[in-house]
Amino acid sequence: MSGILDIVYAEYNYWIYVTLMMIGFYAMIAKKNLIKKIIGANIFQTAIFLFYISLADVTKGTAPILVGGHGAEHAEHAADVIYTNPVPHCLILTAIVVAVSTTAVALALIIRIYNEYGSIEEDVILAARKELQPEFSEHARQRGVAEVSEQ
Amino acid sequence: MTGFELIATHLPILTVVVPLIAGFLTPIVGWIDRRLPWYWVMLAMFVVLLIAGNNLVTVINSGTIQYKLGGWDPPFGIEYVIDLLNGFVCLIIAFIAFMVSIYSKESVKKEVPGKTTPFYSVFLLLITGLMGMTITGDIFNFYVFLEISSLTAYALIAMGDRGDGVVASFNYLIMGTVAASFILLGIGYLYAVTGTLNMADMQNLLPSIYQNKVVLAALAFFMVGFSIKVGLFPLHAWLPDAYTHAPSTASALIAGLMTKVGAYAMIRFMFGVFTPDFVITTTGMTNILAWAAALAIIVGSVLAIAQSDIKRMLAYSSISQIGYILLGVGLANMIGMEGGLLHVLNHALMKCALFLVAGAIFYKTGIRNLYQFKGLGKKMPVTTTVFMIAALSMIGVPGTVGFTSKWYLALGSVDAGQWIFVFVILLSSLLNIVYFWRVFDNIWFGHPHEIEHIKKDEAPLTMLAPMVILALLCVFFGLFAYYPVHYVIEPLSVELLKLGGMP
Repeated sequence: MSGILDIVYAEYNYWIYVTLMMIGFYAMIAKKNLIKKIIGANIFQTAIFLFYISLADVTKGTAPILVGGHGAEHAEHAADVIYTNPVPHCLILTAIVVAVSTTAVALALIIRIYNEYGSIEEDVILAARKELQPEFSEHARQRGVAEVSEQ
Repeated sequence: MTGFELIATHLPILTVVVPLIAGFLTPIVGWIDRRLPWYWVMLAMFVVLLIAGNNLVTVINSGTIQYKLGGWDPPFGIEYVIDLLNGFVCLIIAFIAFMVSIYSKESVKKEVPGKTTPFYSVFLLLITGLMGMTITGDIFNFYVFLEISSLTAYALIAMGDRGDGVVASFNYLIMGTVAASFILLGIGYLYAVTGTLNMADMQNLLPSIYQNKVVLAALAFFMVGFSIKVGLFPLHAWLPDAYTHAPSTASALIAGLMTKVGAYAMIRFMFGVFTPDFVITTTGMTNILAWAAALAIIVGSVLAIAQSDIKRMLAYSSISQIGYILLGVGLANMIGMEGGLLHVLNHALMKCALFLVAGAIFYKTGIRNLYQFKGLGKKMPVTTTVFMIAALSMIGVPGTVGFTSKWYLALGSVDAGQWIFVFVILLSSLLNIVYFWRVFDNIWFGHPHEIEHIKKDEAPLTMLAPMVILALLCVFFGLFAYYPVHYVIEPLSVELLKLGGMP
C-alpha cells in the first residue's frame, strides 16, 4: 500500500493534473448544460497549464530574473544561481490568452443560442430544433426518403 | 539594399503578416465605405497568392527557405521553414482563398446582411491562422495559429443559418477545444523530454528516446487531436453540421482548406517531428491510420447517400475524401504518398467548386434540397455544368483530377500488397456515383410541374468566374497531372519518406 502512495507522492503534480483534466473532460462530454460544458473546458485547459507550470519547476530554483546582472562585481555569484525554466511560463501565458478567447467566443455563442431557443439545456435545444425542422427534410420525408437520424 | 530586396528577404513571414494586418484594417476600410471590404480582401488575397507562388518557385529552384523571426537563431527563436510540403499547401490555401474571396461578394451580401465587414475581417484572420499553421517550424507557434484558425472558423460558422449555425458552431467549439488541448498536451510532453520547440531540432533529438513512453503518449495525443481536426471517422461528429449551416462562402473556404491544413499538420508531425521509421515500423501508426481512413472512406460515402440537403451530402463526402488523403499517407510508400498529397490539391479544387455551386444555387433559388433541383439544368446551365465536372472528378472519371489521385492510391495499395484498399477505393467510387447521380438526375432529367416558367437565370459573374476557373483546373490537372507530380509531389514524397538518402 505504501508503495502506491510513494509513487503518487513522488509525482503528485502529475496526478493532480491528470485528475483535474479528467474532471474537465467528463464535464465537457457528460454535462447537458452548455455553461457547465464551458466550465469543463476551462478546467481541462487549466489542468494542462498546471502540467506545464509544474514542468518548469527546478528544485531550489529561483525566479528567472538575472541575479547580479547589473555589475561586473556580482558576476561571479551569478553562475551559482539556479533558475526555474521560464519557457513553459511564457508558453502558458500565450495559452491562457487563447483559452480566454475560446471562453469568450463560447459564451457569446451561448448567448445567441439562448436568444434563439430560450434555454441553455442541451435536451431542450435538441427538442426545439426537432420542432423547427427546416422545410427540406420535410420534403424528403414526403418522398419517402429515409432521413438517417443525426447524432 | 533596395526596397524590393528588403521585401524579398521577408517574403516568408509576409504570407502571414499581410492577411493579419489586412484583417485588422478591414473594419476601418468598411467604415469608409461598406462596399470596399470586398475589394480589400481580394487585393490582400491576391498579394498573398503572389507571395505564396513566389515562395514555392524559390523552394523548387533553390531549396528550403528558412526565416528567423527577429533574427533569433533556431532552436531558441521561432523559425519559419518553407519546404516543398508547406510551400505547396500555402499556394493551395492562397489560391482557394483568392477564388472564394472573388465569389463572396454577392453571397455574403445576401447571407450575412449587415455583417459583411466583420465577415471579411474574420475571413482574413482565418487565412492568417491557416497560413501560420502551415508555414511555421515551431511547434508551439503552430498551436497558437491552430487556435487562431479554429476561433475564426467558429465565428464564421456561427454567422450561418439562424440557430442551427450557432449550435453547430458551439459543438465544433467543444470538439475543437478538446482537439487543441490534446495537441497542446502532446507539445508539452515532447517539450518535457527534449527541451526544444523547434520541429527540426526535435526530430534530431527524438530518435534516441523513442523507447520513452512519454514520446508514445505524445504521438497518441497528436494523432487523436488531428483526427478530430480533420474530421476522421469516428471523430467527425462536428463536421456535417458545421459545413451545412455555415454561410456558403465560409462553407467553401472551410471545406476546401481547414481539413486540408489539418491533414498537412498530421503529415508534418508524423514525418517532420517524428521520423518515418518511428511512425511506420516502430509504432505502426501509419497502418492504423490507413485502416481508419479506409473505414472513413466507406462510411462517409454511405452516409452521403442518405442526405437530401446538398451541403450536408457534400460534407459527408468530405469525410470520405479526407479518408483518401490519409489512406495515401497511411500506406507510407512512395506511390501511395504521392496519391495522398496529390489529393490534397485535388480535393481542395473539387470540394471548393462543389460548395461554391451549392452556394450559387442557394443564392439564386433559396433551395438546398437536392430533390427540388428539378429543371435547374435549364435555369442555371453554367453552374450546373461546373457541378457536373467537379462531381465527375469526385467520382474519378479519367481526364479529371479525381482520377489521377485515385489511380495513384490504387497503385500504392497494390504496391503495399493491401488489395483490400483497392477494393475500398473502387467501392467508394461506385457509392460516389450513387450519391452524385441523384443530383444529376434531378438537375437534368427532373420535370417540375412549372417547367414552362423556367427561364435562364444564371448566377452573377463574380460567382461564376471562380467556379468556372476551379472546374477548368479540375480538368487541366486531370490531363496534365505531370506538372504538380513532377515538380512538387515526387520530390516531396521522397523527402518525407527519407528515401533519397537524405541525412
